Amino acid sequence: MATVTLKPTKVPELMLEGYTISPDTFAGKTPAQIAGLEGREGKIKVKLGDFFEVSGSPGKTATETDIVIAGDCSRVKYIGNKMTAGSITVNGNADMYVGGWMKGGRIHVTGNVHSFCGIAMEGGEILVDGKAENYVGCAYRGDWRGMRGGTIRIKGSAGNDIGTFMLGGTIIIEKDAFIHVSTHAEGGTVIIKGDVEGRVGGQMVKGDIFVLGKIKYMLPGFKKIATVEKEVDGVMATFDHYIGDLGERHPKSKGKEIFANLYVKAAA
Amino acid sequence: MAEIIVKNGFVIDPARKIDGDVADVAIKDGKIVDKVGSGAKVIDAKGKVVMAGGVDVHAHVAGPKVNVGRLFRPEDKLFKSPMAQDKFRVESGFSIPSTFKTGYDYARMGYAFVMEAAMPPLHSPHVHEEIHDTPIIDEGALPVFGNNWFVMDYLKKGEVENTAAYIAWLIKATKGFGVKLVNPGGTAAWGWGLNCLSLNDPVPYFEITPAEIITGCLKANEYLGLPHSVHIHQNNLGNPGNYQITIDSLKLAEGIKPKNKFGREQVMHSTHIQFHSYKGSNWGDFESGAKEVMDYVNKSKGLTIDLGCVTLDETTTMTADGPFEHHLNGLNHLKWANVDVELETAAGVVPYVYDPNIKVCGIQWAIGLELGLYAKNMDRTFITTDHPNAGPFTRYPRVIKWLMSKKAREATLNSLKHKDKVIDATHIHGIDRELTLYEIAQMTRSGPAKCLGMSNIYGGLAPGMNADVAVFDLNYKNMPSDPEKIEKAFQRAACFIKSGEIVVKDGEVLDHGHKRTVWVNVKMPENPQVKRDIAQSFTKDYTVGIDNYPVRDYLVPHPFVIDVNVEA
Ligand SMILES: [Zn+2]
Ligand SMILES: [Zn+2]
Repeated sequence: MATVTLKPTKVPELMLEGYTISPDTFAGKTPAQIAGLEGREGKIKVKLGDFFEVSGSPGKTATETDIVIAGDCSRVKYIGNKMTAGSITVNGNADMYVGGWMKGGRIHVTGNVHSFCGIAMEGGEILVDGKAENYVGCAYRGDWRGMRGGTIRIKGSAGNDIGTFMLGGTIIIEKDAFIHVSTHAEGGTVIIKGDVEGRVGGQMVKGDIFVLGKIKYMLPGFKKIATVEKEVDGVMATFDHYIGDLGERHPKSKGKEIFANLYVKAAA
Repeated sequence: MAEIIVKNGFVIDPARKIDGDVADVAIKDGKIVDKVGSGAKVIDAKGKVVMAGGVDVHAHVAGPKVNVGRLFRPEDKLFKSPMAQDKFRVESGFSIPSTFKTGYDYARMGYAFVMEAAMPPLHSPHVHEEIHDTPIIDEGALPVFGNNWFVMDYLKKGEVENTAAYIAWLIKATKGFGVKLVNPGGTAAWGWGLNCLSLNDPVPYFEITPAEIITGCLKANEYLGLPHSVHIHQNNLGNPGNYQITIDSLKLAEGIKPKNKFGREQVMHSTHIQFHSYKGSNWGDFESGAKEVMDYVNKSKGLTIDLGCVTLDETTTMTADGPFEHHLNGLNHLKWANVDVELETAAGVVPYVYDPNIKVCGIQWAIGLELGLYAKNMDRTFITTDHPNAGPFTRYPRVIKWLMSKKAREATLNSLKHKDKVIDATHIHGIDRELTLYEIAQMTRSGPAKCLGMSNIYGGLAPGMNADVAVFDLNYKNMPSDPEKIEKAFQRAACFIKSGEIVVKDGEVLDHGHKRTVWVNVKMPENPQVKRDIAQSFTKDYTVGIDNYPVRDYLVPHPFVIDVNVEA
């Protein structure tokens, strides 16, 4: 593997749209070529070199390329946009759209991420050591095709609208979440290890949600059908098993109606 | 204005029966002329095809439902909004492009005139604001009448003259172009949660049938002698087995004679006929009814049609056919929007993916092309995609490619997941016909211009006509064996001159041109009863006062008015 290091040299006045920061675009380029890659600051075209010092060199392909951003990216959006392989490590925070439309490879953010982390992701892994704002693994605004594959793990808490229109893959929030989990989902798994305020599984057609803490306000569209033992992300626990959203349509598979599953850890 | 001469191209001008003659086209002061001086700017068209600017008879490009589509489909713009070029406006969207992209893209394809196909009268100011915001191309708009309460009231009593007087008033008030019917009666029934799926289903409350609305409007249109005929989106759109009702509706035009001073020969234009040419009883045994429909159309001189070709894209459906959109939403479970516009119309909007992996979509694709390939009179058969309903207008070059090349059709057929089932349910595989450039020019230029009653302005290259001239990089004498080159040539005109100004060169937009809005001003003796009825209804039913209703002149700052005089 070959490593490219980007050292932040200047804080963008507006946000930097760093959609070229990806192993796919870096692969096979010289540091000077990487510094010359375009980005946007508002409506102005800029170069990555205006904001970062580039050192090291990438591999021939994305798979062979690791990118390390040695510093804070609180004002850099779209890191790892559409990446297919390789890795990106951000030593600090990252702004919106980290790993958006990602198809493969790994992203590790040691700080916090802003909203839309892993939006419409299709594959690969995102690991965030801190917390996430809203829209983790959601669909793009208006789109009905959300996250389809891969894994997002947020070690801290997350905000609203997690896994909206999710179709596949896994999202793990290790602490609390606020409202709207797996809204409109038709697949995939969301695991929340802490508490959730409410609106869990609204208009959900298919897929699984696990809540290891408490849900403050349950939606009326979910009905308890059983109590089950399950292992979730390495934790064995007893869950109340609900199905829903009863107010949504229910497609059939092999003659049986399909529901989404919501597992809430049973009171001890 | 400078003089221009387009030199040595292969001229294709069906309006004058010119097919590939090498000739010059001279332009002066925005018009085609016989000759120009030696100082004229020369456009070298040697080895290229020269045609008049394209005329689109039916597209949804401006107005409230188009805008609802733009608003509720941000995903249609995702990664499809490049930064603005110097001097130009940002372009965004694919199936529901921004007004600027709409103008630029039509110009890139060498189109000069586009008809907005459904203007809700109450929202006509909005339609005109968007039209004004769409650069380069000339446009008109058809107000919708097929579910209008006044029309249904008058026609229930058999009052054709009063219907005509109301139509004349509304076209003038909305600065519209002609008479559009969308699912006549059905959209009004939708107000009661119902629809009219046959020609004899009575509309609730009005107790009038679609057949009576259609016939009455055909008569009223000819009473007025409008440039365009009745332009109809028929009942029972998009359902298996609807080809029969389609033919029955077309038959309503029998016995009605065209009466106008604009050279128009048809009395009914039946739009996006692909959606109306379905056989079978459900989506399982769904098959093509293109042959049956075209057998009737081919022998009926009083009809024109446009294809409404499915292009196998992700697009946005939008029609003033509210019940259909609701039905569609039940099939695809995506989002939908529905808007009722007081006494006049209702519209629905639903995104739709014509997926090459789905059998039905493959059959729909084939039907659209079959209709064009079965057509005997290309001056009565026009290329459309019912933009954006069956696909975006930016796919016209692809439709042209399919119509001109069996090889291209077979390549697409081979890419379908259910190829064999599609072949079984359609005729496309057995059709060898390949349309010529002359026939394509008929379908996109001379034909639609004549159908709209504007053959002295658009669609041809005779001296005196509007100087809309498109040059395409195709060698008439030596057409490429690779059909992709045909698509590419029509996608990006080598040169496009609109109203005597060079607006596109090598597929790039150079200038915002001088767009015009074409509307029809019907002058007729006052009809006191209709005047009173309208005034009364505005006091009683409308949310706006009658004085605030008409489109103000400032909203149409570049009008091109066609006068129609109706004698007492
Ligand atoms: Zn229509
Ligand atoms: Zn239409």
